[in-house]
Amino acid sequence: MTTIDTRPDTALSDDDSRDSAVVSFFVGLGAWVVTTDHKRIGRMYLGVGMLGVVAVSVLGFVLGLERADDSGTILESNALLQTFQSYRVSLVFAAVLPLALGLSIAVAPLQLGARSIAFPRVALTGFYSWLGGLGLTMGALAANGGIGGGDEDAVDLFLAGHGLMIVGLLASAGCVATSVLTTRAPGMTMRRVPVFAWSALIGALGMLLVLPIVFGVIILLFLDHRYAQLNFGGAEGIAAWIGWVFTVPAVAVFAIPAIGVAAELAPVVFKARQPMRGVMFAGIALVGVTALAAATQQFVQAVTIDTTGQEFLEGAVPMLIFTGLPLLGMLIVMGLGALAAKDGEGRPSLNAAFVFAFFGLGMIFVGLLGNFVMSITDLELIGTTFEEGATLYVVYGAALCVLGGVAFWAPKLWGRTLSDKAVMPLALLGLLGTILAALPLYVAGFLDQTGGIPANDADVAAILSLDGVDGGAIWSTLSLIGHGLVALTIVAFVGLMLKTFTGSGDEADENPYGGQTIEWSTPSPAPAHNYEHVPTVASATPQFDLTHEGSQS
Amino acid sequence: MNTGQLALPPAAPPAPRRQLLIGTALACVAGTMLVGGMLSVWVLLRERVVDAGGRFPIDYVIPEVTTNVMLITIWSLCLFAQWAVYSGGRGDRAHTALALGVSGLLAVAFINAQAFVFVGMGVAIRDDYYGALFYGVIGTMSALVIAGLVFTTVAAFRALGGRLRDTEVLSAHALYWYFAATAYSAVWLVVYVTK
Repeated sequence: MTTIDTRPDTALSDDDSRDSAVVSFFVGLGAWVVTTDHKRIGRMYLGVGMLGVVAVSVLGFVLGLERADDSGTILESNALLQTFQSYRVSLVFAAVLPLALGLSIAVAPLQLGARSIAFPRVALTGFYSWLGGLGLTMGALAANGGIGGGDEDAVDLFLAGHGLMIVGLLASAGCVATSVLTTRAPGMTMRRVPVFAWSALIGALGMLLVLPIVFGVIILLFLDHRYAQLNFGGAEGIAAWIGWVFTVPAVAVFAIPAIGVAAELAPVVFKARQPMRGVMFAGIALVGVTALAAATQQFVQAVTIDTTGQEFLEGAVPMLIFTGLPLLGMLIVMGLGALAAKDGEGRPSLNAAFVFAFFGLGMIFVGLLGNFVMSITDLELIGTTFEEGATLYVVYGAALCVLGGVAFWAPKLWGRTLSDKAVMPLALLGLLGTILAALPLYVAGFLDQTGGIPANDADVAAILSLDGVDGGAIWSTLSLIGHGLVALTIVAFVGLMLKTFTGSGDEADENPYGGQTIEWSTPSPAPAHNYEHVPTVASATPQFDLTHEGSQS
Repeated sequence: MNTGQLALPPAAPPAPRRQLLIGTALACVAGTMLVGGMLSVWVLLRERVVDAGGRFPIDYVIPEVTTNVMLITIWSLCLFAQWAVYSGGRGDRAHTALALGVSGLLAVAFINAQAFVFVGMGVAIRDDYYGALFYGVIGTMSALVIAGLVFTTVAAFRALGGRLRDTEVLSAHALYWYFAATAYSAVWLVVYVTK
């Protein structure tokens, strides 16, 4: 006979309870390491991505100090090249990409009514591949590798690390795109897909279009650098071939899910159905046109005004397509968000998540505007700090949007709400930090301060030099203060998050913010398989319909 | 006795249909961008060399018969992969296994021919500008075919294991080979024909 009676409780000694705590820690850690729960995989991406933003802002702070202080006392001169590259690589591969992809992985399947992400083991493998590649890349930079690096093996390692990161990101992006295309709940047609899930799809497709090109070039660069060093300019030539992935417009492709966060939150806050959802989808997709600009490397069009107008037309048409259409997409997203505000019922339920996302969207818009302006060659902004400013606007703007997304979906991810009172000031701090970090670089760009991705020590010296730049030290000082504020924002946000992980903070009910999509019908936190019973969807805003009688969209 | 502890959690629902097919299609899109990007670099560097008065490639003799046969081989492979889809849909285990077997055999033949081209041309990677490009592009193409061979093996095991009616794997497998054949056609044109 089998009995399953439990043993009587006995008081545990201190040693026993310590041992059991250690055991449960390792069991819990093991569960995370091999998890196939998309929410955990997404959170791991987000966690490392947040650390990445902190690292970026600290590096930006240190480099700003170097710029502002021409005595150069902060870093040794032979470490400056690698420090610059750590900063530029981290902006993309340690910050914007993991943040946007992490939120997509954590939230999109929930929004679709799926019990799991498509190919969860592939998504997890992608995470480890990316993380390993990031470690190798940073290790290579520390060992005098990277673009223009002095150690040949470390340069090869730098390229291999990038390859590994890209393979991982592609694997995870493929899982997100497949999920949106195949795992939607019954009744959820593509027109009924939540706006954030749509932006996750567009962002993932953008990655699938852009990153393989970088990967292919890296294969060629690796072979050439390791064996021949004839075709691609050796270590210093790497920037000319793959430098475009570290700047706008490529960076904007990776930020598309962040734009989706703001678009998703506006109707929730203003308690309205999103008007013209199809147009909103088209707007987000138009931002994805930057993938074409990145893939074809059509960054700079010679838009010059001549007497016949011929040269102007030849430059203006591709410029309008590659940099104008994404800007138009952003305008559509913002305009329709404003329209939702106009249609709203009663007082808007403003929350910290929306404030974060709203500010972030504005910053991304300013970055894309900078990308548009930069392509007017007569302004001579190419090769100045203006490009770095545009990239910073997009990356930090995307980070703000993602923080908003994390705050909004925190109830579904770990069952707690973040205090609006505590988080709201951080949004303001993040906005201030982003503007201070990036706007001075725009101004310095107009004053011809040299920028770009350095490929050798001479480039570094040119970037650090403030000769002939009026008030150069002031702009650099303002920028470094901005980086510091962004770092402070992220650290404080992570601190608040960790506080709620330990059980403090309000336990969330199913739908604390009045969310409109089906993820708000499942308990908070969402169970491992997301839904006990997958709901059938009859509109784009099923939870909104429950509280508002009338026509369904 | 706590009978609640005996209850099992509900079984995970079956995977959504066509997930593998869509995933494969997306992988093919990424693969197209990969090969397209590498060939673009090839064309760009070739243009630079030719404009500077050089010859591209330098003195290598390309075994054109072999490379043409490789093209025929990979498109024939698609035919057999499609035959596997057709047979699988009808529950015809013997024909499915035969089609997948021939697909695998043709993939091995392709790799063998590629190795012959490598050895026959004897391109030196260290000695000139052509080496890294050649090994980069052709090596990537070979890796794509090896990945296809692995896919064929997995599809064959599933078919032999009795999961014939689940034709999604076979369809995804066929789609992959169509992509590989198209990619090789582009490589063949750029690397072996226009050189």
